[in-house]
This record gives sequence, structure tokens and C-alpha cells, in this order.
Amino acid sequence: MLPLHTVMNKLTLFGLGIVGFFIIIAIFAPMIASYNPGQIDIENILTPPSSSHIFGTDSLGRDLFSRMVYGTRISLMVGFIAVGIAAIIGIALGAIAGYYGKWIGAVIMRFIDIMLCFPTFFLILAVIALLEPSIINIMIVIGATSWMGIARLIRAEIISLKERDFIYAERAIGAGDLRIITRHLIPNAMAPVLVSITFGIAGAILVESSLSFLGIGVQPPTPSWGNILSEGKAVMGAGWWMMLFPGIAIFITVLGYNLLGEGIREKLLR
Amino acid sequence: MGKYILKRIVGLVVLLLGITIITFAVIHIAPGKPTDLEAQFNPKVSMEARERIAHLYGLDKPLHVQYIEWLKRFARFDFGISFMDSRPVAQKILERIPITLTIELVSIILILLIGIPIGVASAVKEGSFYDRFMTVFVFIGFAVPTFWLSLILMDFIGVRWGILPISGIKSLEFEKFGNFEKIIDVSRHLILPVFVSAFGGLAGISRYMRSSMLHVLKQDYIRTARAKGLSEKEVLYKHALKNAFLPVVTILGLSVPGLIGGSVIFESIFSIPGMGRLFYESVMARDYPVIMGVLVIGAILTLLGNLLADISYAAVDPRIKLE
Repeated sequence: MLPLHTVMNKLTLFGLGIVGFFIIIAIFAPMIASYNPGQIDIENILTPPSSSHIFGTDSLGRDLFSRMVYGTRISLMVGFIAVGIAAIIGIALGAIAGYYGKWIGAVIMRFIDIMLCFPTFFLILAVIALLEPSIINIMIVIGATSWMGIARLIRAEIISLKERDFIYAERAIGAGDLRIITRHLIPNAMAPVLVSITFGIAGAILVESSLSFLGIGVQPPTPSWGNILSEGKAVMGAGWWMMLFPGIAIFITVLGYNLLGEGIREKLLR
Repeated sequence: MGKYILKRIVGLVVLLLGITIITFAVIHIAPGKPTDLEAQFNPKVSMEARERIAHLYGLDKPLHVQYIEWLKRFARFDFGISFMDSRPVAQKILERIPITLTIELVSIILILLIGIPIGVASAVKEGSFYDRFMTVFVFIGFAVPTFWLSLILMDFIGVRWGILPISGIKSLEFEKFGNFEKIIDVSRHLILPVFVSAFGGLAGISRYMRSSMLHVLKQDYIRTARAKGLSEKEVLYKHALKNAFLPVVTILGLSVPGLIGGSVIFESIFSIPGMGRLFYESVMARDYPVIMGVLVIGAILTLLGNLLADISYAAVDPRIKLE
């Protein structure tokens, strides 16, 4: 295998580094966090960053660094699972639309057009308002409203792939539709989807943090970067650290996935 | 051209029906009925309001009857009565639309005025320091969360330095102002929201403009234009720019739902009495009739935005009519 730096340029590696860094934080959260993220300390309310609390404390005296570390888990989990759901829906519908075409394909494409008309954030808010803002609901709703791009990509790829010789060969030896779609067409159509998934994770993390910031996402006391920022807004001016650190965490994470996605795109699609 | 527009409008009706079906499905997503399960835990919805919503959606009737009756009312722009203040939903939404549309339109104009020159310059000087600098800027623009940017601007420009107002669209003493002062006052209130709303789009459009321009500059007709001795200025602005701009129009149309959706965030942060804030307040208060109304109207606005983009595309590009 080639050394990494010959395959990827500096920015992509930087993106990969950011992505890896936060994944490690999320996995080892209990070891990295210096305090229990829910531990209230009324004697140390809103203390600025110091040696005992490197990111300071929040309005209940909880250690901000520990809350941020556990928040990483929530934000990444929502991002991954939401995009996983979107990928499953998008790949399935896109493959069906591409492979069968005709009226099934037309119906799916119209459905995609209709879904694209809704301001996504409105749709997400409306559904969350009707359900409850639990983490599971948020992941499902973000996933269910962001699969359309992936479906279009898969469909376009499969339409061009299904007339290729290796698919005719496969059919000649008696492979069924399901086998052709899942074993041959989808794996060969995955390159642009991989790019879309990488950007999608960044998007889902942004949506989750926006929802949590508005108070309709991950509910306190469970920490998420968005709801820490929301608490930070309440004490604006009295606790700059509560606005600075979660904002930077969201910004760097989203930047990391975008850089990685751009790098994958340049490698795979050119 | 006329045939093209007609074809688009037929497609539009299909989309419109689809929008109403999905919105209708959303109403029924809640476990059980929005009137019982949800409302039980929600003290904000009174007994009387529960009966009203049951009546409004005809929840005791079969689904298809419910949908058709809802659609009939929808065709008359009758979305029912708001739970919060018992006013007609359509009226509540209509009075909020101008503010949101104004902010979106000014943002779009700003995005075009700033984003296109940035993208063109990046493409012309591909690989230069300026191009790389702008690429970094674009990635930063994509990654900054809108609400965080709003908070920082609010904290520094509004609270610490007191340069601009940070809440609402007019000052307390607005009524005492003369006409000119009124315009200045509203503009000052809108600077931060417009900036925040345009920020993300700016990164996107300049990026698309760059890649579109790069593509066009490699075409044969650009070489021809250069070969027949046109100045670089004429080649760029007369021949390349027009062609490179076309795909950007489509992207602009596609970014309308994002802009409208984003209004929830900055309107609630800056207390702008627009559609986004109305939606946020309705979501917080579980004001179902308003939620459904805004959802449908938001989708229709998106539809109109896309149609406008497509028609202007067809108007500029004669090849579209033939297809």
C-alpha cells in the first residue's frame, strides 16, 4: 500500500486528522473527561478557564471540558446514524429507480422532487414538534429528510452501469435482479455516494447543533455542542468560554468532514 | 417559450399536490392523534383547542375524506385558527412573509454581487495565492455554524461595541422618526441578519462560479475569441461570464429552501418578526395549524423560486426551448 501522503494532499490529510481526533475523543470520552459531565458544583458557577477547569465551568458549575467531551459522542453519533439512515433510504430508492426505470422510477423521482421543495429545516422542525425531541427521533428525522441527493446519485450511476457488458454477463449466467443490484450495481456506484456521505455527516452535525441550540434538539442535561451553546447564549457576556469552545468544536468538525469529502471527491471522481 | 412555461406549470401542479400530501402525512405522524396523545402532556393546548383541531382536520373521518376536505380548505387558503391568539393562520403568515422575503432577496443580491466576482477572479487566477486564499475562505464559510456567527456578531458588534442594534426591525422611538430616518433605522436593524443569511450562500456561489468559469475557460469558443484578437477583458466578461453564469442560476434556485429554512435560526436569534420566527414560536407552542400553514407556504415559495430560476434560465439560454 502506498504511504498516505502520496495518495492525499495536505488539506485532505488535515481533514482526516480532525475527523480521527474527534472520533478518538468520542470513543475514549470517559477516560479523557476529568469530571463527571453532570456533576453540579454550586460553589464554582461560571468560573473562567483555569488549571482545574481548563474550559471553565457552566452556569451550574459543571466542568465545560468534560461536557464538551461527552457532547462529542452525541454530536458524532447523531451525525453518523442520521447519515446512515439517509444512505440506506437513498441507496435503496435510487437503485430501484435506476434499475427498473419506467413508472416506478418516475414515481420515485417525482417523490424526490416533492421532498426537495420543502425547506428541510422547516420539515425537520415540524416533525420534531409533533414527535418528541429525543436523540433517536432527531437521528431518524434528519436521515429521513436528507436522502434525496444520494438517491439521485445512485440512480444516475446505475442507469449508466446497467447497460455494461459485465451486467449482461451476470444476467446470462442466471443472476437475479436482487443479486445484480446488491452485488454488482450498488458497489460500483458507491464512489460519488461516499463523497456525499462525508459531506452529509458535516451537514447532519450542523443540523443537530442548530436544533439543540434552538432547544428542540438534544435535551439537557444530556450535553451536546448545540445545547451548550444555547446555555452559553443565556449567559452571554458573563461566560465567553461557553460560546467559544462549543462553536469552535462544531466549526472544526464540520471543516474536517468537508475537507475529507473534497479530498475523496478529487481522488475518486476525476 | 410559452410551451416551455406551460409544461413547467403542469409539473408544478403535480408538485403542489405532492407537497399537500406530505404535509398531510406529517400531521398524522404524531403517535395517535395530535389531539389526544400529544395534547395530554401539553398544558399549552386546552380542551377547547383540542376539539377545534379535531374539527379542523376532521380526525374522526376516514383518511381520504380528511385529506380531500383539508385540500378544499387549503385551496381557499383557509389553514384554520391559531391556538395562540385565535387569529386566522393565513393572515398571520401573510403579514410575516414580506419581512422574510425582503431579507432573502437582499441576501441573494448580495451573494450574487460579491460571490460572482470572487469566483471569477479565483478561476482566472487559478492556483495563485489569491485563489488558494479564497478556497480557504470558502471552506471556512461552509463550516461556520450560522447561529454561532450570529451570536458572536451580536456579542461584539451589538453588545460590546454597540455599533448596530441586535433585536427586532425597528427602534422603540421608531414612530417619532421622519421617513428618511425610518429607512435608516430599519436598514441598521437588518444589516446583521442579512449578513448572516448571506454568509453561507456566499461561500457556495463563489465556489460554483469558480468551477463553472474554469470549465468555460477551457472551451473552444473561448480559444476562438482569443484567436480573433479580442482583449482579455472582452473574452472574460462578454463571452465567458455569460456562459459560466448559467449553471449558477440553477444552483441559486436550489438554494432557496436552504435560505428559507435558515430564516428560523437568524430570525429567532435577532427577534425578526418574519416567517421563520413565527414558525419557531409555533413549534415551541405546538400551534399545529400555524406549523402546517408555514410548512405548505414555505414549500410553495421554494417552488416559485425554482420556477423563477428555470424560466430565467430558459430566457437567457435559447437551447432550453428546443428540449
